[in-house]
Amino acid sequence: MAKSKSRMSQEVNAGSMADIAFLLLIFFLVTTTIASDKGILNVLPPKLDPNNPPPEIDKNERNIFTILVNANDDLLVEGEYRESADGLDEDIKAFVLNFGAPDEDAQAIFNSLPQSLRAEARRDPESSDHPGEAVVSIKTNRGTSYEKYLEVFDLAKKAYFDIYAERVNLETAEYRALPGNDDAEKALIEKGKEGIPMAISIAEPDKIGS
Amino acid sequence: MGKFKKKTKTSENIPTSALPDIIFMLLFFFMVTTVLREQEILVEQKIPQATQLQKLQKKTLISYVYIGKPKNTALYGSEPRVQANDALLTPADIVQWVNRERDALPEADRGMITISMKVDKDVKMGPISDVQTELREADARRVLYASVGKVVNN
Repeated sequence: MAKSKSRMSQEVNAGSMADIAFLLLIFFLVTTTIASDKGILNVLPPKLDPNNPPPEIDKNERNIFTILVNANDDLLVEGEYRESADGLDEDIKAFVLNFGAPDEDAQAIFNSLPQSLRAEARRDPESSDHPGEAVVSIKTNRGTSYEKYLEVFDLAKKAYFDIYAERVNLETAEYRALPGNDDAEKALIEKGKEGIPMAISIAEPDKIGS
Repeated sequence: MGKFKKKTKTSENIPTSALPDIIFMLLFFFMVTTVLREQEILVEQKIPQATQLQKLQKKTLISYVYIGKPKNTALYGSEPRVQANDALLTPADIVQWVNRERDALPEADRGMITISMKVDKDVKMGPISDVQTELREADARRVLYASVGKVVNN
């Protein structure tokens, strides 16, 4: 009697196999990261037309925030030597929001800014007139490392994104992640940028010392 | 009649306990044989870190350029090289390559082609600037400096 019983239940219960498979599947679903295309977007200037040279731009020195990076990855920011790029974003932010000599439109922009950003305006006559005029210029050498260049460029972008995000009352990361799929998001992006163009100029690297 | 009845009763259900094993075997077979990236990267790729990362919405618009020191230095030398698709290019070939990539896109999207530059950390600005000059020449001016997120420790 006992023998026949054990023969009856020889089959393993496979009902929970599916659960195990699902557990594995969910585990891998959660832990896998698909290589995504993230990076820092840059728009290059149009190519030079030999018959039509670019117009000579007479911008006041005070409206240009110059960052030079040499082949040793040393920085020269507004004529001052720096060893590391730390804190550059704050300096750029202060430069853009200086409002040294705002015209009427710039004053309107200034009035539209939230209190925290208005506090940044130092009204320094030696710094930028207003955000519409301000340009951040990054010049590298052919021997500068790409890593350093990207660090500086990243900080310049951070300064602008910080301003934009603060204007629309978002975290910087949230503002940057706005996909602009619908009108509301587009309006939000535009509201952040309005009157403060992201003017980051990247000069052709020079060849000295490479 | 009695005999027949007894026989049919004994083996009515098929054992299904081996079914998950079969499924697993299939799963493993495809997991092992699938190749996600059909192009081999011939240059070193240590992607730099950055904080202000942006994601692009349309993946179809992106073409990839890899810049770095060749892995096979005996064959390609130790100077940074540019790889697009699965071959190393000289800067002079880039315009042609961009035009080919652009032709592969639907007509409405051609102006929006984005070049994702995957550049090794150790590359200097010289070769990158050469590539950018060629990209300007080819009028593919949207460039994405591929980078990975930086962990900020305050």
